[in-house]
Amino acid sequence: MQKITYLENPVYIESFAAVGGLEESRGPLGGSFDLIDKKDLFGMKTWERAEGEMGRLALNIALKKLSVSPDELNVLVAGDLQNQCVASSGGLFSFGIPFLGLYGACSTCTEGLLILASMLTSSKTYTRGACVTSSHNCAAERQFRTPIEYGGQRTPTAQWTATAAGAFVLSKSPSDIAISAFMPGKIIDGYTKDQSNMGAAMALSAFDTVSSFFSENDPEDYDLILTGDLGEVGSRILRDMLCEKGGAPGKKLASIHNDCGLMLYDRSFQDAHSGASGCGCSASVMASHILPLVRRGEIRRMLLLSTGALMSTSSVCQGENILGVAPLIRIEHMPRG
Amino acid sequence: MLLTFIIGGAICVFTQLLIDLTKLTPARILVFTVCLGVFLGGVGLYEPLFKLAGAGVSVPLIGFGGAIAKGVAEAIDAEGAIGILKGPFEACAAGCSAALVFGYITALIFRGKPKRL
Amino acid sequence: MERASGYKARVKRTSPRSRILKNSIMAFISGGTICLIGELIARLFIRLGVEKSNAYILATVNLILLSAILTGFGVYDKIARHAGAGTLVPVTGFANAVVSPAIDTKSEGLILGVGAKVFTVAGPVILYGVLSGTVYGVIYYVTNLFMG
Repeated sequence: MQKITYLENPVYIESFAAVGGLEESRGPLGGSFDLIDKKDLFGMKTWERAEGEMGRLALNIALKKLSVSPDELNVLVAGDLQNQCVASSGGLFSFGIPFLGLYGACSTCTEGLLILASMLTSSKTYTRGACVTSSHNCAAERQFRTPIEYGGQRTPTAQWTATAAGAFVLSKSPSDIAISAFMPGKIIDGYTKDQSNMGAAMALSAFDTVSSFFSENDPEDYDLILTGDLGEVGSRILRDMLCEKGGAPGKKLASIHNDCGLMLYDRSFQDAHSGASGCGCSASVMASHILPLVRRGEIRRMLLLSTGALMSTSSVCQGENILGVAPLIRIEHMPRG
Repeated sequence: MLLTFIIGGAICVFTQLLIDLTKLTPARILVFTVCLGVFLGGVGLYEPLFKLAGAGVSVPLIGFGGAIAKGVAEAIDAEGAIGILKGPFEACAAGCSAALVFGYITALIFRGKPKRL
Repeated sequence: MERASGYKARVKRTSPRSRILKNSIMAFISGGTICLIGELIARLFIRLGVEKSNAYILATVNLILLSAILTGFGVYDKIARHAGAGTLVPVTGFANAVVSPAIDTKSEGLILGVGAKVFTVAGPVILYGVLSGTVYGVIYYVTNLFMG
């Protein structure tokens, strides 16, 4: 049965960094990224390598901010959108940190933070670990959709895979940002077969996780419910369902909901249709924009639910429904002293 | 010339409507368009259309199908049953070879560029 | 949890529709223009003394070349985003469907990358074109046998 874990001794996000490409730099959060490569290649020869390199650069910057060497990390959990997670393994092997590769599609950022938080809590010997997730628009287009130069017209519900990565260093020693609770989400049928409408396919999983969490929590205690990449369509479905089924608390939840996929690009001039997506989306929005707000106390308590669309090119061609999953973590501002 | 523009444009609008109004993916619709071209050629409608609009029907994929139908009929007339198998490829040989050769050369010369919003 | 049909209705209600009128106008103009360029090339070859059916084949070949160049420079997909079916249906779209995977898979090698994957997008068109052509050939042959 699904249960929420409340951490008596929270785990802290000590350091974080966001890396992105040209479109990410042109968006509203562009100035908050730690590193941008306007060629989207990060000095590599292929898009696939570039995705791994983004993860490496992000972790490198996060470690530098903290003046910590890779040796001081006990574990590294990472994931990306490529088959067999080769971007993470290829990009991060040079650190020499014990590694766990994850696949949760676009939910990997929250999944990784959740797993890392629970490892740090349960292990007596572990003191510090890192979580890295990345996605690259060109690598994802090649793998999931069509060749990059192929001239196709995207439907209005389609989303744009972000070229971005985020890295987070977690530890047991207190700092401003704490992970104080977590709950994995169930796999939920999205009743959608359309690969160009991922938001609709994932909205039900977000709704399920939010409903489940607030069956024993008060919405008034929260400043922000942040989903990963529901985009315009998925966000509207989630808010509508919360308002229709949740009564007054549901309306409150809908009013404090926002979505990383709607924050990364300025859709007035960036033609991203329904919004951004990919496991680099929620990771980079968190690391560039949201966590600094939590650090300053402008967000006191929030939930992060990155939603993942569980499918493959084969499963879509074979007519299977796209399934969704939405793990959840609670992040709090911890005033020092 | 005006008919070329109008009929060519109309074929594209017809396909655009199929994409926007049905759940069919572009790949399925292209396959349908080629088969439609073969059908038009088979029932003898392609040639009159071609006389009317020229490139307006030969440039869209319907022309690809129309050329296949025409090529098959000609090959059978000239050589009998073996034309059934020789005809289809003969008819589209120039287009396919051009696409393959130019594609290969382009791939050698150019590097992929990222998509932009 | 909403039942499947209820949720599907909700998705349909919430999802923005394609802009059908705008898309159709763009498809008409761009598709018509490409055909017109093809016609001009064909007439040029006819004027140069090329036989009519070959002139139209040469027009097709030149459009394929043009599309390959535009695809190489990364321009074709930018036009296609607005033109929709207007750049998909003409033979330039077919060429783009062959050239784009060729460029894209160069990193995987010239044999198993470019060689094996060049038809990933255009393959269905060739298969079903040839298949339907063969079916028509059988019908044509058999009818000729009995009627001719």
